[in-house]
Amino acid sequence: MFSFGKSDQRWIFWLLLALLLLLPFLTDALLGRGWVRIVDFAMLYIMLALGLNIVVGYAGLLDLGYIAFFAVGAYCYALTGSPHLTQAFPVAFPDGVHLTFWIVLPLAALIAGGFGVLLGAPTLRLRGDYLAIVTLGFGEIIRIFLNNLNAPINLTNGPQGISRIDPVRIADVSLSVTQHIFGVEFPSVHLYFYLFLVFTALVVFVSHRLERSRIGRAWMAIREDEIAASAMGINTRNLKLLAFAMGATFGGASGALFAGFQGFVSPESFSLMESIMVLCMVVLGGMGNIAGVILGGVLLALLPEVLRHSVVPLQQALFGKTIVDPESLRMLLFGGALIVMMLYRPAGLLPSRLRRRELRGDEAAAEESVYDVTH
Amino acid sequence: MKQPPKKAYTMSHTEDVLLQASRISKKFGGLSALNDVSLHIRRGEIYGLIGPNGAGKTTLFNVITGLYQPSAGGFRFNGAHYQSGKPHLLAQAGIARTFQNIRLFSNLTALENVMIGRHVRTRAGVFGALLRDSSTRDEERAITARAHELLQYVGIEKSVQILAKHLSYGEQRRLEIARALATDPLLLALDEPAAGMNAIETESLKMLLQTIRGNGTTVLLIEHDVKLIMGLCDRVAVLDYGKKIAEGLPEHVRNDPTVIAAYLGGGDD
Amino acid sequence: MEIFLQQIVNGLVQGSVYALVALGYTMVYGILGLINFAHGEVVMIGAMLTLSTLTALLGWGVSPLLALPLSIIVAMLGCMVLGYSIERIAYRPLRHAPRLAPLITAIGVSIVLQNIAMIIWGRGYRSFPQLIANHPHNFGGAIINDIQIIIFLLALGIMAVLMVIVHRTRLGRAMRAVAENQHAAQLMGVNINRVISITFMMGSALAAVAGVMVSANYGLTHYYMGFILGLKAFTAAVLGGIGNLRGAMMGGLLLGLIESLGAGYIGDLTGGFFGSNYQDVFAFFVLVAVLVFRPSGLLGERLAERA
Repeated sequence: MFSFGKSDQRWIFWLLLALLLLLPFLTDALLGRGWVRIVDFAMLYIMLALGLNIVVGYAGLLDLGYIAFFAVGAYCYALTGSPHLTQAFPVAFPDGVHLTFWIVLPLAALIAGGFGVLLGAPTLRLRGDYLAIVTLGFGEIIRIFLNNLNAPINLTNGPQGISRIDPVRIADVSLSVTQHIFGVEFPSVHLYFYLFLVFTALVVFVSHRLERSRIGRAWMAIREDEIAASAMGINTRNLKLLAFAMGATFGGASGALFAGFQGFVSPESFSLMESIMVLCMVVLGGMGNIAGVILGGVLLALLPEVLRHSVVPLQQALFGKTIVDPESLRMLLFGGALIVMMLYRPAGLLPSRLRRRELRGDEAAAEESVYDVTH
Repeated sequence: MKQPPKKAYTMSHTEDVLLQASRISKKFGGLSALNDVSLHIRRGEIYGLIGPNGAGKTTLFNVITGLYQPSAGGFRFNGAHYQSGKPHLLAQAGIARTFQNIRLFSNLTALENVMIGRHVRTRAGVFGALLRDSSTRDEERAITARAHELLQYVGIEKSVQILAKHLSYGEQRRLEIARALATDPLLLALDEPAAGMNAIETESLKMLLQTIRGNGTTVLLIEHDVKLIMGLCDRVAVLDYGKKIAEGLPEHVRNDPTVIAAYLGGGDD
Repeated sequence: MEIFLQQIVNGLVQGSVYALVALGYTMVYGILGLINFAHGEVVMIGAMLTLSTLTALLGWGVSPLLALPLSIIVAMLGCMVLGYSIERIAYRPLRHAPRLAPLITAIGVSIVLQNIAMIIWGRGYRSFPQLIANHPHNFGGAIINDIQIIIFLLALGIMAVLMVIVHRTRLGRAMRAVAENQHAAQLMGVNINRVISITFMMGSALAAVAGVMVSANYGLTHYYMGFILGLKAFTAAVLGGIGNLRGAMMGGLLLGLIESLGAGYIGDLTGGFFGSNYQDVFAFFVLVAVLVFRPSGLLGERLAERA
């Protein structure tokens, strides 16, 4: 690994920032507009992964049903911004409920957070593997309810989902229509990119601040050794609940953004596989490592597209037909990645900052293996 | 050993007895680990808890530090009554402990381990973390400074940035003590702090504990090292099969025939 | 009254399948302290292997009377190899890692198995041939057919054999010793790696049989069938007291009954708001309730974590 001097680092930082801000245009030019939409979805996943990172990475709570909070947020947004309520309850909501973005988003986040507290309060005292199973069950339960709450009262419209969701409108500007700002043309996908970028930056900021704070240290203490943490005066129950609720809140906010972006939600989008994929991003990234989680998110979100564009033509060329469809291949790789990561690189793809600090600060420690044996 | 750090708060009672354990019993299913144990620890003394393996010493520790709830009995600490089973409350009240099998936060640095010890005496919450206002920043500075001080105090200032799991055994034991001290305890409870140490290290530990007591902290320790107990403790209690069979000055306890019988002929090492 | 009896019958049959799978979970947990997340997929693979072997054998003109047992044996052997491999590859290297690590690899294994099954056997439901004349019988108004009777009795028989193995053979003693205290067992000369591998293989064999039972009962197999079944069987194991064999059996039967009665009566109880399509939800609520109010389960011992 070659090291960068201080002034080199600043150059790289500004360069990356410029690339990031221009990303939609660059992608559009190089790969086409379809890929910008893919990048937008990738950002949503990154937001989710960062939210889960607080729960799993910092506090060490294995949540296998995280997508449920995403679903709650998405459905909240859908219910308050579509014709569904009018159709289902014409008497109560003759004009439907169409709240503004700035009310719906916090509302969705808060309700998701509420579900987090509801789930967490009785279950967070459970040991790691039991908690994992319970959260997995919760994720499935939410999906089952979303799928079935269309009779006798039609709350969620069942498997068909809710469509014609209002797009995001900020200051009377709809993001689903191409806008012209300072003479530059911003297509809808570009606008959503910048919206998601702002929120992702917000989540990164919050995570970063929390990581280096008294609360963050307490979470990591709980993750490392809950008994010792509580012996040192940490109220483990409250702090675990805090991590869980914060993760749920971020999940809900991401869900609301998703609903506005896609215009349509259905229970299909919120399956166990989604939860596991987000977990995979956190695991790949190295639990607790913000940069790593973002990298993991980018890799896993773009993977299906990469596969679709490479594996299918390859199989066609070699065998004349598609033996393994990209979807199965993607999931196979996920599963394999989880196994391989835990066996050989449990600390994540990127060396954690702790490791880097340690290597800089002390020669003796640097002689040890770079790979953590335990997580 | 350098200049000892200042204490962060004053004691609220001037009672002579800091901890009064009354008739504590603890059962696990059919197994009776502690049976009607009572003892008292005076402020400022170094109190030893000895006994054969399996006598219930760590169990008693766990009750006093809130990890276990007693099946019967309770204890008074610094004027308040406890029966809790909530370790963080006892840490807040002023009892800090180390563990027989060393429970450090392995993947965090030595400095971070001690900083976490300061958690119970500091306040910053989520808003402080996000806003980083001046009082939070001051608090963080103070936490870091105090952690450095304590690492120096126990003699491992060179390990500041090293992950706890990479420290040597002796360093880990000292780190655990530093972390416990970071909570500004009235009572420091140590579970076999000298286990695995050679004579020189044990002597060094003895000096450290005497300094700690000299600074006003009461010390309770479980130990098997008889020489350490004799040379260090003001008073000693002996447990056997969950019962207290002797309590008093070390020399008296050592010569007590019941104690000798419990250890099967001596206890010299 | 007839409905009640029918639900009881259904519940017991379903419950005996849960019990068989739960035994696999509980044995592994007792020995390793690990939830073998991939166990449900082993059930599914067992069903699939049986189906494929059966189809092949029947295709070659083997008589159904011979083909069925042969297929089941092939499936059991295949699952035993699978169980052994999973333990060696995904769990053994992580025996001393923090508990989250093997759980995550288990999830990985589960995903890999599901998708391999999807690739080999396709995404759709595959029908399981009915080979035995399946006469319905009437027990005071409740209908139970031949296959269900066989399932129930076979499950009980297998559980009885397992209890004999565990409590009256040298191997069983070794298993119990390893479950109690790995270190001490090792010092007493028990080859713990061998015992662990055998435990996995036994659990996997049971899983294969359970897979066949489920497929025979519903006439269908599907690559996703192992997942939900696995979750419910795990719930059953926890309900009975994880690590406890009798508990797993009891928990399985009990969960089957709860599910069946619940699904049958939920419409009446909630005034039609919730229907039987919420059946899967019961297991979840049972799980949470047990873990919150009585984590050691019905027959388990109270455990305290030692400092």
